Amino acid sequence: MSDFFQFLVAGISLGSVYALICLGFVVIYRATGVINFAQGGLVVVGAYLTHQLVMRWSLPFVIGVPLAMIGVAAFGLLLERFVLRRMVGQPVFAIILITLGVLFVLEQICSVLWGYDVLMIGDPWGVRTVNVGGAAIRIADLWTIGAALSTLGVFFALFRRTTLGIAMRAGASDPEAALAHGISPRAIHGVAWAIAGAVATIAGVLVAAGPKGVDLTVSAVAFRAFPAMILGGLDSAEGAVAGGIIIGLVEVFTAAYLAPAAPWLGANFHVVMPYALMIAVLMVRPYGLFGTEEVRRV
Amino acid sequence: MSYPARILPSFFRNTRLTTEYRHDLVLWRSRPAQAGALLVVVAFAIAPFVVGTYWTTVLVYAGIAAIGAIGLNLLTGYTGQVSLGHAFFLGAGAYAASVFAGRWGWPFPFWLIAAAALGGLIGGVVGPFALRLRGNYLVIVTLGLVFIGQYVFENWDSVTGGLTGVAVRAPVALGTLDVGSLSLLGRRLSRTQGYYLFVWTAVLVLGLAAKNVTRSRPGRAIQAIRDRDLAAEVIGVSLVQYKVGAFAVSSGYAACAGAIYASFARYVSPLDFTLFLSIQYVAMIVVGGVGSILGSILGALFLTALPRLVESLAGRLPFVSQSGGDAGITVFTLNQAIFGLLIIAFLLFEPWGMVEIWRRIKRYFLAWPFSY
Repeated sequence: MSDFFQFLVAGISLGSVYALICLGFVVIYRATGVINFAQGGLVVVGAYLTHQLVMRWSLPFVIGVPLAMIGVAAFGLLLERFVLRRMVGQPVFAIILITLGVLFVLEQICSVLWGYDVLMIGDPWGVRTVNVGGAAIRIADLWTIGAALSTLGVFFALFRRTTLGIAMRAGASDPEAALAHGISPRAIHGVAWAIAGAVATIAGVLVAAGPKGVDLTVSAVAFRAFPAMILGGLDSAEGAVAGGIIIGLVEVFTAAYLAPAAPWLGANFHVVMPYALMIAVLMVRPYGLFGTEEVRRV
Repeated sequence: MSYPARILPSFFRNTRLTTEYRHDLVLWRSRPAQAGALLVVVAFAIAPFVVGTYWTTVLVYAGIAAIGAIGLNLLTGYTGQVSLGHAFFLGAGAYAASVFAGRWGWPFPFWLIAAAALGGLIGGVVGPFALRLRGNYLVIVTLGLVFIGQYVFENWDSVTGGLTGVAVRAPVALGTLDVGSLSLLGRRLSRTQGYYLFVWTAVLVLGLAAKNVTRSRPGRAIQAIRDRDLAAEVIGVSLVQYKVGAFAVSSGYAACAGAIYASFARYVSPLDFTLFLSIQYVAMIVVGGVGSILGSILGALFLTALPRLVESLAGRLPFVSQSGGDAGITVFTLNQAIFGLLIIAFLLFEPWGMVEIWRRIKRYFLAWPFSY
């Protein structure tokens, strides 16, 4: 039973990282209709930037991370301004491919600046555990869940309560009507990319903090978050959170229970399980659990 | 009469203006186009005897990539179904070849046909997803296909040899005629030269077949689906038939390319069929030209040769270090970055690809002296 509880917390912790990455996807998708395959690149840049600020320039962790967030947000803004803005109205594959191109360039910039070795970004939480009802829970997991939850809270408050958030929702639901009300779609697109960059940095820090460190493989976490995003529905922030948690739990429990029970499945089955689940769900609900159905006209 | 008639000598004259739809369907409309096509074929035929073993090898891989890219262009460029799952079908074809030819000992045309058919079959099973899912959702599902394929290739040890890979013996030999040891005019060809001739003949045949598909009824149907699938359905195009058909044909091409790849490389491992390969194929058709068979071939040639070109030039660049590991610019870094930048640059500045540059040149001379 205590094992189960441990896995549950680990799953939710992994799921909240996925939820954060998905939130980045959803923000950009809702505002601009782009699936950002370069999100993993932003995650990796955020983690490396934190390493630069915290380890090399010895800033305290609590200052380094916000600075890195600002840096990546500014970078997202530039990316939108100089690359993605020119692609408005282009077909889906062109936009997907250009974000993939951005991902390649980003990864190589990182490798040129920081090399291929695993770099530490600081270990604010250590390897300590707390004992909850006989189960040893890692403090780092609790911090991950807490940080993700508070980010999501800030995010939802922003979208529900502030003028900017309401403007973004208006721009997403009806760009022309929003334009008529004086909401600049360009500003909205820029802000969406900046938010995605900031959120990606938090995700990158949560992935890389502690003993794991950051190297280029961190960007792969975004590819593992895709099923979560699709499961929740591309354009739903609530869906991103739900999808993230579900996929995180599925991954951890598959690794913990299914793999030992069915050794013929081989190694790494927990990596493809989210994709299998996603395909199964899409067959029943083609727009994910919370996504809005696209209205099609002839 | 076409107006350049008096200005150009008769050989260069565009002999037919397109006044009817069937004129648009002609493959090589004017005599210069026919002569040009012949010239290209001749140039390709003598290339392996001129460029040396290294570049012949590169061209063999480019030809294999061209077959796969033609398949992807049929699906993405003509039917409008974006797929990141091409690597999976290439892998399926490669492993099918290793089993059919290497293990079961089937003779040449049969293992290739069977591998292509198997790929087509798997494509036909995946196809129905495209009926239910559209746009971005379909992209992610085909992305999932690559990861699931990766998992299967790594874990189905008895067929794929797992992570260590498997040695493939799939000779392209018809009776006494073995592509691995051809002789021409009393001269023995190397294995690479033999494969070169075989692969590019296959590109020619499969390219023309694909071109003919696009010029005929199914071709018009899939292009209608690409432009507006709902409207196509309303005017009587069966989405089930053509979407699934497009997936099957495209995966068949991919599996065929994978099988030839396995036969030439003689060794395949799961690392050959990662997501990066899928991205490369999508990049090929974008750089070459979306919705163009010629574009697929151009893109495959360009993107296969480019890393080799960069490699051979990198030694002369002072800022590129030859060894990997530490920070700094390596050949690998340079290649990946150039690949990414190339995709971005083409999409931003030449979204219809290299073939559009060619068309523009052609238009300039056709309209001469009134070109501007």
